[in-house]
Amino acid sequence: MPVTDTSQGPVWRLRNRRETLKRWFGWLLGIAIFLWCWARISEATTWFFVWDAPRIAGDILDRATPPRWSYMDNLWVPIWDTLNIATLGTIGALILAVPTAFLAARNTTPSRLFIRPIALLIIVATRSINSLIWALLLIAIIGPGVFAGIIAIAIRSIGFCAKLLYEAIEEIDHSQVEAITATGASRWQVMVYGIVPQIMPAFAGIAVFRWDINIRESTVLGLVGAGGIGLQLQASLNTLAWPQVSLILLVILAAVVISEWVSAKVRGAII
Amino acid sequence: MSADVQGETHRELDDMLGTRWRRPPLVQKAWLRWVLLIGFALYLVAAISSVEVSWARVYEGLDRGAAFIMAFSQPDFLSRSDAIWNGMLESIVMTVASSVVGILISIPIALGAARNIAPLPVYLICRGIIAVSRALQEIIVAILLVAIFGFGPLAGFLTLSFATIGFLSKLLAEDIESMDRSQAEAIRATGARWSQWIDYGVKPQIIPRLIGLSIYRIDINFRESAILGLVGAGGIGATLNTAFDRYEYDTAAAILLLIIGIVMALEYISGIIRARVQ
Repeated sequence: MPVTDTSQGPVWRLRNRRETLKRWFGWLLGIAIFLWCWARISEATTWFFVWDAPRIAGDILDRATPPRWSYMDNLWVPIWDTLNIATLGTIGALILAVPTAFLAARNTTPSRLFIRPIALLIIVATRSINSLIWALLLIAIIGPGVFAGIIAIAIRSIGFCAKLLYEAIEEIDHSQVEAITATGASRWQVMVYGIVPQIMPAFAGIAVFRWDINIRESTVLGLVGAGGIGLQLQASLNTLAWPQVSLILLVILAAVVISEWVSAKVRGAII
Repeated sequence: MSADVQGETHRELDDMLGTRWRRPPLVQKAWLRWVLLIGFALYLVAAISSVEVSWARVYEGLDRGAAFIMAFSQPDFLSRSDAIWNGMLESIVMTVASSVVGILISIPIALGAARNIAPLPVYLICRGIIAVSRALQEIIVAILLVAIFGFGPLAGFLTLSFATIGFLSKLLAEDIESMDRSQAEAIRATGARWSQWIDYGVKPQIIPRLIGLSIYRIDINFRESAILGLVGAGGIGATLNTAFDRYEYDTAAAILLLIIGIVMALEYISGIIRARVQ
């Protein structure tokens, strides 16, 4: 006896005939779409390489171990660069995200008809394009290097930070704002004393959360030439220096774990 | 008890009389606040001074930047329409296939990673799989899989499936762990087998969340599939990379607009579906 989910919660009964047919066709259609997708992937695949894959994987693993620990000397500067890309990028993003969030929040936007849609468009556009693509674009414009990476991370993070921040602004307690307004405060004073203290914890949480994600993203930005440890990874991959690749992957893994730990600690302290 | 508390507040208020009110700071301990501030300032100076910017190069690039922004006003969908169409289709195909496979695999792993269902050894293995999948970024997995399986969408498909497992299993396992135990216990009290217990006691409680998370993950998978092409794992990324390399900004703008459009549509649809199931 199957369960149907209705708006009043799960109901214990057999589906009627029509419902069953509808479900059956839904599943048929879904499976057909999946099989078609799989057929297309399979068409574009050289299956000989796939059957050979276990041997290749073993071969790569064999070459990659043990990691070349002495290469660590060349990695300290890229690690510093990676940290800078993530941190400065996050700061840049926050500077741009705060005004965007205030323009996008329903209760603080100066104009719901004109400015709010523009702010929302900025948020969606920056959020939906990956930082690697932003880096690719910025490298074509301002040349390769750490600077392009910082800007790429900053642009990419605007949407994320502004979205979470404007949701926090929309959820504030309105009575506090009203109390400040009742004292005769100006628009800016209402902002500083009525709104900002309420969103400060959310803001700090978002900043640290995004910094953590940005550390992750900045480790691979070098693959397209935007500085950081990814540059070394790309160089090692190009020369098939697998012991160096494995060392770099270990460093990236450590960086991700450490940044996640830091962000969890800080967010725990705030909340 | 309450009189005590009131007395305390009175004393505090008395202390505050006559002093100017100040906004409470975010970090309560004064020394910690100053250490954080000074440390952060020192770091900023060190960081900014170590970033080399060749302003001349940036200035030169501004023209190209302007050209790129202008390209958005007249994107060129037509002259490379074959490449764009094939790349987009491949991205969508990878998204669909990897989401289906990833979701199917992540359900048993989620069951194994929930402490209230699985025994300790299974729990540890499943949590280990989740941790590995979450720590490795898509693009790095893609590089390794391209090296192993060769260029093409298969590597991208495997990458996205693998990433889906970490994401979905973790969130689903948390949902299972916080489920209502009385419902599950009621089914168990009827003498149900383990599979019946899962089917009637656990499944109905997590299905809405599973649908919501799956749709959210499809959205993420499409976004990620757009960059996998950069390392040869199939999808629209390769076309986009070529367009940038050839300075065909109008084509690149067209591709970016398509990505933004599809992501917006997906977000809209997923918002509707999630609102309906929850």
